Amino acid sequence: MNPPPFPDTAEQEPVFSDMGDGDSDEGEDIFLGSSKTGAESPSVPQLNIKAETTDLFAEQASSTAPTVGLGTGGSSNGVQSDDDNDLFSDAHVELPTENASSSTPSGPRPAATFIPGTADMQTKSMEQLEEEEAKDTFDVDVAVTNPEKVGDGMHAFMAYRVSTKSTLPVFRNKEFSVKRRFSDFLGLYEKLSIKQSLQGCIIPSPPEKSVVGMTKVKVGKDDSSSVEFVERRRAALERYLQRIVAHSVLLQDPDVREFLERDELPRAVNTQALSGAGFLKMINKASDAVNKMTIKMNESDTWFEDKFQEVENEEQQLRKLHIVVDSLVNHRKELCGNTAVFAKSMAMLGNSEDNTALSRALSQLAEVEDKMEQLHHDQATSDFFILAELLADYVRLLGTVRGCFGQRMRAWQRWQEAQSTLQRKREAEAKLLWANKPDKLQQAKEDITEWESRVTQYERDFDRISVTVRKEVLQFEKEKAKDFKFQIYKYLETMLQSQQRLIKFWEAFLPEAKAIA
Amino acid sequence: MMEEEEAEECPPLSPVSVVEGTEEEVTPPRALSVSPGTVRVTEAAQDGELLTFIIVSQKLSGTGEYHVDRTYEDFDWLQQHLFSLEDVPGIQGIIFPPLPARAQPNAPGKLVRQLGLLATGGTWTPYCRALEAYLQQVAGHSLLSRTQHLETFLTSPEPPGRQKVKRGLFNRLSQAVEGIRKDGHTEDVDDFFRTEREHNLSLTGLSRAAAERFLEVVQTEQKIAVACGHFAASLQLCVEAGDDPGQETFSKMCVKISEIMESMKKNVQKVAENDVTTLGLGLDLECRYQEAEKEMLFRRTCKLVELETASRNAERAKPLKKAAMDEIKKAAEKDFDQVSVVAKQEVARFQRARVAVLRQALVRWCELQILTATGSAEQWNQQLLAFRGPEPSS
Repeated sequence: MNPPPFPDTAEQEPVFSDMGDGDSDEGEDIFLGSSKTGAESPSVPQLNIKAETTDLFAEQASSTAPTVGLGTGGSSNGVQSDDDNDLFSDAHVELPTENASSSTPSGPRPAATFIPGTADMQTKSMEQLEEEEAKDTFDVDVAVTNPEKVGDGMHAFMAYRVSTKSTLPVFRNKEFSVKRRFSDFLGLYEKLSIKQSLQGCIIPSPPEKSVVGMTKVKVGKDDSSSVEFVERRRAALERYLQRIVAHSVLLQDPDVREFLERDELPRAVNTQALSGAGFLKMINKASDAVNKMTIKMNESDTWFEDKFQEVENEEQQLRKLHIVVDSLVNHRKELCGNTAVFAKSMAMLGNSEDNTALSRALSQLAEVEDKMEQLHHDQATSDFFILAELLADYVRLLGTVRGCFGQRMRAWQRWQEAQSTLQRKREAEAKLLWANKPDKLQQAKEDITEWESRVTQYERDFDRISVTVRKEVLQFEKEKAKDFKFQIYKYLETMLQSQQRLIKFWEAFLPEAKAIA
Repeated sequence: MMEEEEAEECPPLSPVSVVEGTEEEVTPPRALSVSPGTVRVTEAAQDGELLTFIIVSQKLSGTGEYHVDRTYEDFDWLQQHLFSLEDVPGIQGIIFPPLPARAQPNAPGKLVRQLGLLATGGTWTPYCRALEAYLQQVAGHSLLSRTQHLETFLTSPEPPGRQKVKRGLFNRLSQAVEGIRKDGHTEDVDDFFRTEREHNLSLTGLSRAAAERFLEVVQTEQKIAVACGHFAASLQLCVEAGDDPGQETFSKMCVKISEIMESMKKNVQKVAENDVTTLGLGLDLECRYQEAEKEMLFRRTCKLVELETASRNAERAKPLKKAAMDEIKKAAEKDFDQVSVVAKQEVARFQRARVAVLRQALVRWCELQILTATGSAEQWNQQLLAFRGPEPSS
């Protein structure tokens, strides 16, 4: 008797009907199904999203190019409204840009939105860039949005909405979202590290814990610094997830899928090791192993040695750059403050001025300077979120890369140790033969067999991890170049936008100045 | 006649050049042989502690120029002589063009404290512009330009005498009435002056505050420029000759970002420069001139006090002394009236001139902002286009 077919499998690809136990590495590549996206979508209703949700990813950048949240503009805070329509509705280029200069809506969106006129050329190319990116990546988009404070007092925490859009059949739905808290992200990282780093994978690292930052949030401080903290964390979590799903191996990991899909996750508890300091310690321990290695292995080691050196150097350089950019960000914030104070002093001058036209002009000037303050603030934000965070991310990522080299080193050591153990066992056997103790001889022979197979296993492991690390590093470098290129492009756009806003402000003021008599 | 032809240069901020057709058409007796609006401080040469300024002015006759070199001592000499002019009735009522403070060339830290906005920008240009404005203001003043001292200053190949100048009548008077300052005597007989004194009091404080706030803005802009330069330089250090394509791409990226940062640095530097040469100079002049008006109003108040004292004395005088006291009172009255007449003219002139100066500063500032930003936007646009690279679909 044929059992009735599962309603799902009748419409889905049969390959994925048993995805529940798809933990083995030898399973089918889940991307086999991606070419058959023409298949009907499952009849299972979309459970996790409100009925009126618009396409969350209308103009979402591709997953390899992290979207930058340029929020915290003006008086709006980083905490999103629940109205999903706001998220990306501005992202489409054709929206009127008249109110671009007066308000900066919160929420992540490409800087492309605000450029009038000549911008169409740039934004189209931005889309082209994104399309090209998309071809290289897998069809998964993730976004982290809507930070919401849950609970009160010191037990409060921020919950973030993780939204995924994918046509990959491995997921139950095309679009779905779940709520996750920060420790969930850390928990995911821990699980991945344990499993994957042994293979030499470069696992993107989550943002660091921050006791100070979170305490402010818990206590309920609603000032700009805690708003900035939340926005910074949200953006970092988003980049973290985007890097994970851009990684072919990690995307296949069931823990990742569970993280994205499952409604309730068990609380991750062992995340102490993942504080900023703990993370660094872990990395340094691993890469110390590389530095202590004195015996040259074989030719291909030159590649690994050179590459390791490169990575270390680059990490140092990026650290230095990060410090410089930090100082730039601080100066811009200072300029914000100075501009605001100057605006007030001009307003007061205007109030005391007898000459009507001059008085009006000075008051107008004060208003323009207020707008300039906003402009400087936006520039500082973009300096920070585009440049500073980019550098900070890569300092951490390069640390992770160093860690991978360390893992390879450990695999090599294990192999070498096994070889010495084997040698010892053989010597022991020889001694026993000479001493003529047949009963112990059997044990010795068994030992030798065991260790022989271990040596073979460890050698294979080492070869495999070497291959993986090499592949990972090359892929990482490619991604890094693309990432930097994309971010610089974004930065240029914000600068252009900034100048254009500035021109508008002053062109509006000029007639007022000329009217002074 | 607005000096607007020099698009990039900062036009002089003298009331003379901006106020058209004032009543200073009266030909002074000993006419200045120089055309007031053409006085220029073209450069400042530093030799150790000594700062020498080159001053160029056009002859009125149109037959050539005067080139002289002067130090700050010479400026001070001129100013002191102006204060102690004789044969100028009501001289106390003149709002003397304010001379910028002395600059100590080898103490950059002190310089900003001494000169404020005039010391920013790393060149002597703003300071020269301010000294130039001072000379034009003196040369354009109907009463002050008559003095031989100004002629000597502007035209004599030899620097004027560097001996210590006898402190003038004006200064003796201001010292003598220090006590009155503490009295807080502010009642005025004339509504015009009562209003003007109140006004001046608030504007002096507010304009100084505005100038100081603007200075802070400019200084922060300069810090940003330096940080951009650092970033650009640090990026150059990241560039390595590598074999593999990943490294090469990254190096190219660093070079690109470095170029962008260099551009940004230049842009911010230009913005700061624009700020100083237009609104910066304007605010600086405004607050110094408000101070000068304050000094004048105070001197007039002192005259008023003198008059009131003399009147009281005359009233109370015993018959023997009465005639003498009456004479003193009459003299004080005449003096005060003369000062008030001159003061009223000066105030009216000043009000017109300062509005014109601020107008020009604001207009010019605005125009330069737009110009610089347009150039900058074009540059970013070019960078963006270059960044897209040779993509077929573009």
